Amino acid sequence: MNAVLQVQGLIKRFGGLTATDDLSLALVPGEIHAVIGPNGAGKTTLINQLSGEFFPDEGRIVFDGRDITHLPPHERALAGLGRSYQITSVFTDFTVLQNVCMAVQGHAGHSFRFWTPVWRQRELTEPARAALAQVGLADRADTPVAALAHGERRQLEIAMTLASSPKLLLLDEPMAGMSHAESEGVVSLLAGLKGRYTILLVEHDMDAVFALADRITVLVYGRAIACGTPEEIRNNREVRDAYLGEQGDLM
Amino acid sequence: MTTGLLLTQLLNGLQLGVLLFLLSAGLTLVFGIMNFVNLSHGSLYMMGAYFAAAGFNAFGGSFLAAALIAVPGTMLLGVLVERIALSTLYTRDHLDQVLATFGLILFFNEVVRFIWGPASVYMNVPKALSGTVDLFGLAYPSYRFAIIVVGLLVGVALYAIIHRTRVGMLIRAGASNPDMVSALGVNIKGLNLTVFALGAGLAGLAGLMAGPIVSVQAGMGEPILILTLVVIVTGGIGSIRGAFYGALIVGVVDTMGRALLPTLLREFLERSVAQAVGPAIASMLIYLLMAAVLAWRPQGLFPVKHG
Amino acid sequence: MDKVTPRIVLAAALLALLALVPVASVLLGQSFYVTLFTRIMIFALAAMGLNLILGYGGLVSFGHAMYVGIGAYAVGILTFHGVGSGWAHLAAALAVGGGVALVVGAICLRTSGMAFIMITLAFAQMVFFLGVSLRDYGGDDGLQIPNRSDFGLFSLANGTVLYYATFALLVGVLFLTHRIVHSRFGMVLRGCKSNERRMKALGFPTLRYKLAAYVISALVCVLAGVLLGNLTRFVAPAYMAWTVSGELIVMIVLGGLGTLFGPIVGAAALLLLEEVLSSFKTGIAAVDQLLSQHWLALIGLFIVLVVLVLKQGLWGRLVAREESRR
Repeated sequence: MNAVLQVQGLIKRFGGLTATDDLSLALVPGEIHAVIGPNGAGKTTLINQLSGEFFPDEGRIVFDGRDITHLPPHERALAGLGRSYQITSVFTDFTVLQNVCMAVQGHAGHSFRFWTPVWRQRELTEPARAALAQVGLADRADTPVAALAHGERRQLEIAMTLASSPKLLLLDEPMAGMSHAESEGVVSLLAGLKGRYTILLVEHDMDAVFALADRITVLVYGRAIACGTPEEIRNNREVRDAYLGEQGDLM
Repeated sequence: MTTGLLLTQLLNGLQLGVLLFLLSAGLTLVFGIMNFVNLSHGSLYMMGAYFAAAGFNAFGGSFLAAALIAVPGTMLLGVLVERIALSTLYTRDHLDQVLATFGLILFFNEVVRFIWGPASVYMNVPKALSGTVDLFGLAYPSYRFAIIVVGLLVGVALYAIIHRTRVGMLIRAGASNPDMVSALGVNIKGLNLTVFALGAGLAGLAGLMAGPIVSVQAGMGEPILILTLVVIVTGGIGSIRGAFYGALIVGVVDTMGRALLPTLLREFLERSVAQAVGPAIASMLIYLLMAAVLAWRPQGLFPVKHG
Repeated sequence: MDKVTPRIVLAAALLALLALVPVASVLLGQSFYVTLFTRIMIFALAAMGLNLILGYGGLVSFGHAMYVGIGAYAVGILTFHGVGSGWAHLAAALAVGGGVALVVGAICLRTSGMAFIMITLAFAQMVFFLGVSLRDYGGDDGLQIPNRSDFGLFSLANGTVLYYATFALLVGVLFLTHRIVHSRFGMVLRGCKSNERRMKALGFPTLRYKLAAYVISALVCVLAGVLLGNLTRFVAPAYMAWTVSGELIVMIVLGGLGTLFGPIVGAAALLLLEEVLSSFKTGIAAVDQLLSQHWLALIGLFIVLVVLVLKQGLWGRLVAREESRR
């Protein structure tokens, strides 16, 4: 199997709590793979282990054929792992364009360059503007981030993740706190990325998940109780009982 | 280097360590729980010494008077400073806290010079403790021995308070996760004030005990403050245990280093070189120790586990 | 982004005034002003150096005075041994300062937040005590420097030459800081201040950039130290006292954290204030005596006031107002 990302037997404990309980998962290139589950299921913990913010107690993470289990975050980023945050994590002191330029700069060689201003470096500004156009923020390029609405900041999050030319995108609740219209925008954006990027999508918005996902993994108490196509998951009794059942007549 | 001399220096190191512990305990709690960098803590120590000396001299050489004025007086002063100036800074970033407390240090030093003049003020060791104690055949000054005893007792008392009382539990919780404690509805303002007052009291006690054996003058707080910072960083911010062991280690290493290193170097190096290099390295010893600890464990030797 | 705004005009005007101080001094027959303003420029230089990591990088180093001391001691010690060449002084100062900064920075940057502040303070103390222990070079009392640096083509022995050399360095560092701050390197530094976690997630190995910035800022302070030793013809461990580090930070905050021109304004404001307070005469004998002996207390209160009230700094407020109007 030609998996972009393979998670094997991941275990993470915090004191007495087992946040990730023997989790295994594999991502096929170009797919959108959604991870869903009730609150506290360990979804963000999983993403944090994948992006390197903390290391698992046991298990392996293999990305693009390379064991990255103990690699620090910046090296994973350089290897092609992009990540967006559930709680917006952008540079509030900068403008929108400066934020995305920073994302491009991270992958554009070293930054021991002291002379030329960044705004004059086309190799940074052009890919940045392209990423902004992709998420629909092109006309807000020179706006300070502090002046952006919440939904726009979430869009910026995604733009920054795209601008770092990743092979794999880890998206942690990209639609958190968005209005219905804003969410629809993100859904069509992500649909457009399908095939070009591999995406691991953590989301609560079930409409979006079932519209976008090629496959879905359901996480409960740190453990994957099911993995399959949206149709299979929808019909899975265990999943219904554990999770979708709570949501009532969602389907 | 006789065993007698060695033992004396070791005990002197413990005595310094114990004084450092009194200062570090209060300061590390303020750092850990309130996330507040308080550089003026050394000034509280100085005020404790000055209050003690003033009380001592005003009441005809009574150490009891000195004690009764120094400790409560410093606590009161600490509370006043906290309420008037420092509490507005809790929400500010560390830079602001550093600057403001730095400004307070300059202010306090001048106030002290204004009231008591630039020359040192003196107080004597209490008569009851002016002799020596017999320790393993060594005649060690009783007063210094008393300091060690008092310090260790305070250590035990602090341990009891922190680990066996409700207030102590709140303090430990606050050091581990301040936001959570606040969210649980605990009176954070009251807790902060208690911690601050406790720290001020300990600083006052340290000032009182140091009074007879150091020069009580303006600016005496800063060298001790910096040693205290070394202790806290080495021991682990927010950790009382770190403050205790860190203080004893720093006290002993510094004292014995200064006493032994020059002599030790003379064994290996040419006399003139040893004389030049010895005191230099001795005074840098604890900083080298701190650097070594940080290179190995950046969070300190006994870090608090954060929730 | 390089439009000529009122702020830039004001900065240029202030610099022009600075350039004319020696002229005014000759006209007034008072060499004191040249000395005073050389001193202001030297501290402005050191403050600009520290501002690179403090204002733009968010790294609160409470120990940068030790680099000023290293610069001054390089001049002092070499002169003591008969080496009067300014180039030798510079080379030695930058080499030693750079080496120390590399080691100290590498250790200190393993921590962050308040631990970083305290460790930089502790290291500065260590170097302070090292200075005190150098009995051959005056120890606590300090070392006289009989001759100023000789650079072959010119010597700093002449007060006016020293003034303009300092001025040239000041303008040079101002310009270089301007370039650095907008360059890739500067953006990484500013990004680390804004959100270091995100920087790492974007692929930046942040430690090496912070360390490089730390060393650069130290070297600027070393330059200031070389000039200071020349100005006063004296060096002592007191130049490395932690209160000096504190005063540098005050200058930066007073002027405006993370602005280009702020440190210059802050240094001038603080040093002029100290000058005024320490020699102020109200005419009332008791008050005058109080003031002349305890003016430092007023400086202390002033610092507290600056923190509580003047958050953005004198120059910083101008910058903020212009930014918001855009």
